[in-house]
Amino acid sequence: MSYVKGLKCRECGTEFPVAPRAICEDCFGPLEVTYDYAALRRSFGPDAIAGRARSMWRYRELLPVDGAEILGLEVGCTPLVRADRLARTLGVDELYVKNDAVNFPTLSFKDRVVSVALTKAREFGMTTVGCASTGNLANAVAAQGVRHGFETCILVPEDLEAAKILGTTVYGARLIGVRGDYDQVNRLCSQIADRYGWGIVNVNLRPFYGEGSKTVGYEIAEQLGWKRPASLVCCMAGGSLLTKIGKAFDELQRLGLVDDRPTRLYGAQAQGCNPIVAAVKDGSGEIRPVKARTIARSLAIGNPADGYYAARAIRESGGWAEDVTDVETVEGIRLLAGTEGIFAETAGGVTVAAARKLIAGGRLPRHEPIVLVITGNGLKTTDALAATAPVYPIIEPRLEAFEEAFPPAAAAVDFSGSAPRGAFPSSGRSAPAAPLSSARTL
Amino acid sequence: MPVQVRIPSVLRRQTGGDESVQLEGATLGDILDGLETRYEGLRGKLRGPKGEIRRFVNIYVNDHDARLLDGSTTAVTDGDEVIIIPAVAGG
Repeated sequence: MSYVKGLKCRECGTEFPVAPRAICEDCFGPLEVTYDYAALRRSFGPDAIAGRARSMWRYRELLPVDGAEILGLEVGCTPLVRADRLARTLGVDELYVKNDAVNFPTLSFKDRVVSVALTKAREFGMTTVGCASTGNLANAVAAQGVRHGFETCILVPEDLEAAKILGTTVYGARLIGVRGDYDQVNRLCSQIADRYGWGIVNVNLRPFYGEGSKTVGYEIAEQLGWKRPASLVCCMAGGSLLTKIGKAFDELQRLGLVDDRPTRLYGAQAQGCNPIVAAVKDGSGEIRPVKARTIARSLAIGNPADGYYAARAIRESGGWAEDVTDVETVEGIRLLAGTEGIFAETAGGVTVAAARKLIAGGRLPRHEPIVLVITGNGLKTTDALAATAPVYPIIEPRLEAFEEAFPPAAAAVDFSGSAPRGAFPSSGRSAPAAPLSSARTL
Repeated sequence: MPVQVRIPSVLRRQTGGDESVQLEGATLGDILDGLETRYEGLRGKLRGPKGEIRRFVNIYVNDHDARLLDGSTTAVTDGDEVIIIPAVAGG
């Protein structure tokens, strides 16, 4: 059974029946799915879902589907990793990484939103699905669209990272490169959605698509033992993910599944594309579009459609927002990889680097639980690291050559299994010293 | 020749189904005035009480977001294209 009541304009409150539409006809405001929370309170809870498969669909009552057929039953339920080594480096007590870099099937959180969007596209009887994308969404629509038998039409900026192009075309999806930036691609896609009856996941399926992001929040709360973290840091492109995680936490509170203590939401952007951070910092909440210039291509949305709501959610939660340079972004990627063994894409580097700045600046409290949301996989954005990749020795296949390149004393250190030093040399605190020095005495 | 204005489907109830219209004017504000005069139902949809372009409306002049240009005072000339599009989500 479905608990969906309908669609409601976030601005003027006008209600609409469920249909492939995203915009209020009266005021142009975005439409949001509404649910029957009184009925949900009676039937949804930890006991009801305890025996279900580990997938984002274990929370299906809180997702906007009406039919029996779910597309993408394997998506979600990514690890929440306790990140003690990164916590020590950042100087905080309790830190977790929500690792959507290993989401199924295309290694980003976009698999979640696409799973919901395609389920709705099937319900609506659509046979072609598409999107405007900075890359990760293209990958997710391509893989899942092809698998579930849809025709695809995917539009991206022509100069996207090679891995994201290949990660779309390999599935046989129809890809079109557009001469322009993401905002121009997005505009064209709106016109295409307007003219054809296709399911463009982030245009006319957007109210449903966006709800998929809530599952990041449900999973975090369940993985913490049905608790919300005190603070959560998340990167922002269009601003939807952070807003929806906030909505997920609010819903869980409304259903009596978590206590009343809200989570402070912290948003992260690149300095070369920071309209939401600017709106938080200047207090206006109004988004002034920018021309995006950043290595974090997946965050390069200069006119973020949900930016206004993201800025408001951040301010109301008592959180803050921060932007970081491209150099800091690369340092963030290396820091997460070098402490926790998690290779995030550039957007994840932005999140880690922004968290570091927010902690150092006193905005993000050190002594309460913090969750960092990592949204995509580093193997998709290796271009950003190529210029500063560490050098390593190439040797002849002889033991002497090995020992010349790697003197026995150094080898002993590594065989002990202790930490490499200086994984993030510019950080205020060094990696833990005790294990390293004890290893040296071996 | 005048400025061509493209109207999205969500607004075509107010335009009697018209997808595009030709209008004269020196600035984007003039064009929007002309649009609201021709289609009375559009008044208040695109611009707020102070004449500002509403938050969830994007207006482009020849490919460029009017907010990145000069807003309502952006100059337009014969042959320009004005596109009105509702804000949509990221990806």
